[in-house]
Amino acid sequence: MPDLGRYAFAVIASYAASAVLIAGILGLSFWQRARVRRALDEVEARQQGKTDG
Amino acid sequence: MSIWEYANPKKFMQTSAWALPWAIGLTVVSLVVGLVWGFFFTPDDFRQGSTVKIIYLHVPAAWIAINAWLMMLVASLIWIVRRHHVSALAAKAAAPVGLTFTLIALVTGALWGQPMWGTWWAWDPRLTSFLILTLFYLGYIALWEAIENPDTAADLTSILCLVGSVFALLSRYAVNFWSQGLHQGATLSLDKEENISNVFWLPLLVCIAGFTLMFVTLVLMRTRTEIRARRLAALLARERVA
Repeated sequence: MPDLGRYAFAVIASYAASAVLIAGILGLSFWQRARVRRALDEVEARQQGKTDG
Repeated sequence: MSIWEYANPKKFMQTSAWALPWAIGLTVVSLVVGLVWGFFFTPDDFRQGSTVKIIYLHVPAAWIAINAWLMMLVASLIWIVRRHHVSALAAKAAAPVGLTFTLIALVTGALWGQPMWGTWWAWDPRLTSFLILTLFYLGYIALWEAIENPDTAADLTSILCLVGSVFALLSRYAVNFWSQGLHQGATLSLDKEENISNVFWLPLLVCIAGFTLMFVTLVLMRTRTEIRARRLAALLARERVA
């Protein structure tokens, strides 16, 4: 770990805040992706069932 | 082969499924190399001390904040002129990513500004234009959510995007238009006299590449989700009619 001296708070806080914001957009994107895929699979399976049955 | 082939959602889904693993891999490699190089293996600046390490987040985030909006502008213009749904959905998908990077630029700028300028915030031309850009991102996302008809939403958000582009460009060139204000001049310049030292410049370039690849990866992933959501809505509408 480099010696950040008296600016340690500013540097560490910048990296931490950026990590939190990037984790937020990644989490949101993966959550939306999973939710839409699950719903689409359900509807497609239901409509396929109607067509076959 | 024409670029307009990718306006076909099926073609876009096929190509993006192939491209995504590469984009993810390149993003991870370039971010790890750039950030580790910048944080651990570059010296402190003689004036700014260790705060110079914030440059590896602040400058790439600001770069994406502006260029994400310009990408949305191009996608919106394609929607307005050619009515390709994938382009409207790509613009919609890019907005939360652009907002995230704008917030990173603002937060890291404030954390950097406090020890260097003695204040978290100043009504400086570049800072103010970035704040307005943030508000445009929020307004753009809210407008998409507020309108039920997707084509109407795409039309109105495209117009908002055109208006907001003035502030995206202003954010980029504010330091050149006005010499007053606390913010320094352009960090990235082709003028060797103005440019920062290679010790900082090279890892910064790698970080910019990493942030750009992360933006591309997220937009591809989110556009795929938007296309699936559009198909889901169409299937549900068909169910209701049947």
